[in-house]
Amino acid sequence: MTAQELVFVLLGVVTVGAGVLVVTTRQLVHAALWLVVSFGGLAGSFLLLTAEFVAWVQVLIYIGAVIVLLLFGIMLTRAPIGRSAALDSGNRWAALAVAAATAGVLVTVVVRGFKDAYLPLRVGGGAAGAIGSSVFRGWVLPFEIISVLLLAALIGAIVLSRTDVGPGPGPGPGPGAGPGPGPGAGPGPGPGPGPGDGRPPGPQNDHVEREER
Amino acid sequence: MHVVYPAVVAALLFSVGVYGVLARRNAILVLMSVELMLGAVNLNLVAFDAWTRDRLHGGQALALFTIAIAAAEVGLGLAIALLVFRTRRTIDVDALRTLREDRELDERDVSAAHPEGAAAERRAP
Repeated sequence: MTAQELVFVLLGVVTVGAGVLVVTTRQLVHAALWLVVSFGGLAGSFLLLTAEFVAWVQVLIYIGAVIVLLLFGIMLTRAPIGRSAALDSGNRWAALAVAAATAGVLVTVVVRGFKDAYLPLRVGGGAAGAIGSSVFRGWVLPFEIISVLLLAALIGAIVLSRTDVGPGPGPGPGPGAGPGPGPGAGPGPGPGPGPGDGRPPGPQNDHVEREER
Repeated sequence: MHVVYPAVVAALLFSVGVYGVLARRNAILVLMSVELMLGAVNLNLVAFDAWTRDRLHGGQALALFTIAIAAAEVGLGLAIALLVFRTRRTIDVDALRTLREDRELDERDVSAAHPEGAAAERRAP
């Protein structure tokens, strides 16, 4: 076992151990904080595999943005901040069996399949320059599609989470007021068919925001 | 470095995510477990990119795209979770049983476990 492999094993222990704590801890906020540790270990593993740029993107996006979003979600849903026993479902043992079976099958297949495969790690293989030139030479079309997808997700999240763009008049009614999927029908603001659905609320939103100001 | 180390770590992390998705009740914890599974996939992509010595770095580029898609997924998932919380007063995935077949059993089950969630559900049938 080389020094590199030793460091990788230690990072893997940290990553998987923090992941286990994420799925077993009884405190919701602690789960989010253990997720930070797990993603940090994962970023260290990327660094060790010479994927520097992916590692820093992982730190910036996951630890910087996704965890903050998840913490926002925890706070906004008024989750129990302290210790609560109701976080685990009743089918815990079935879940444990399925996860153990998945782990067994995957580890067996991977170990048998890659018994004598070695990684030819070269320094600088995943630096920003190399990745940038490969993304913008070989993967331009997927890159553009991803940017359109991000825009669509942004508009969708805004439309879903605003209460004043639904079909019902007035600002968001309380829970369960109005028949059926009342405030839940946010994404379909009526006149906009197809992919233009995100557009119609645009001017309306501007209007509302101007009013708020 | 041996390929088995990153592959085994990724497999274990994926299984941990599977357990979390199946065993957790809070929708946000389910989202966190999905993130763990996506992280495992990224580790595999990066490791096998180094293994195949890809000149275009397809594995690392795909890992970047996966990270972007995961960010979009978390944003939309949280928006949906907040919407469910606003209409149902709970994001307990065990209590959201409106689509189940037998309504009688459904209401008894839900009101026994979560009175406030069941009340909200009855008000919005």
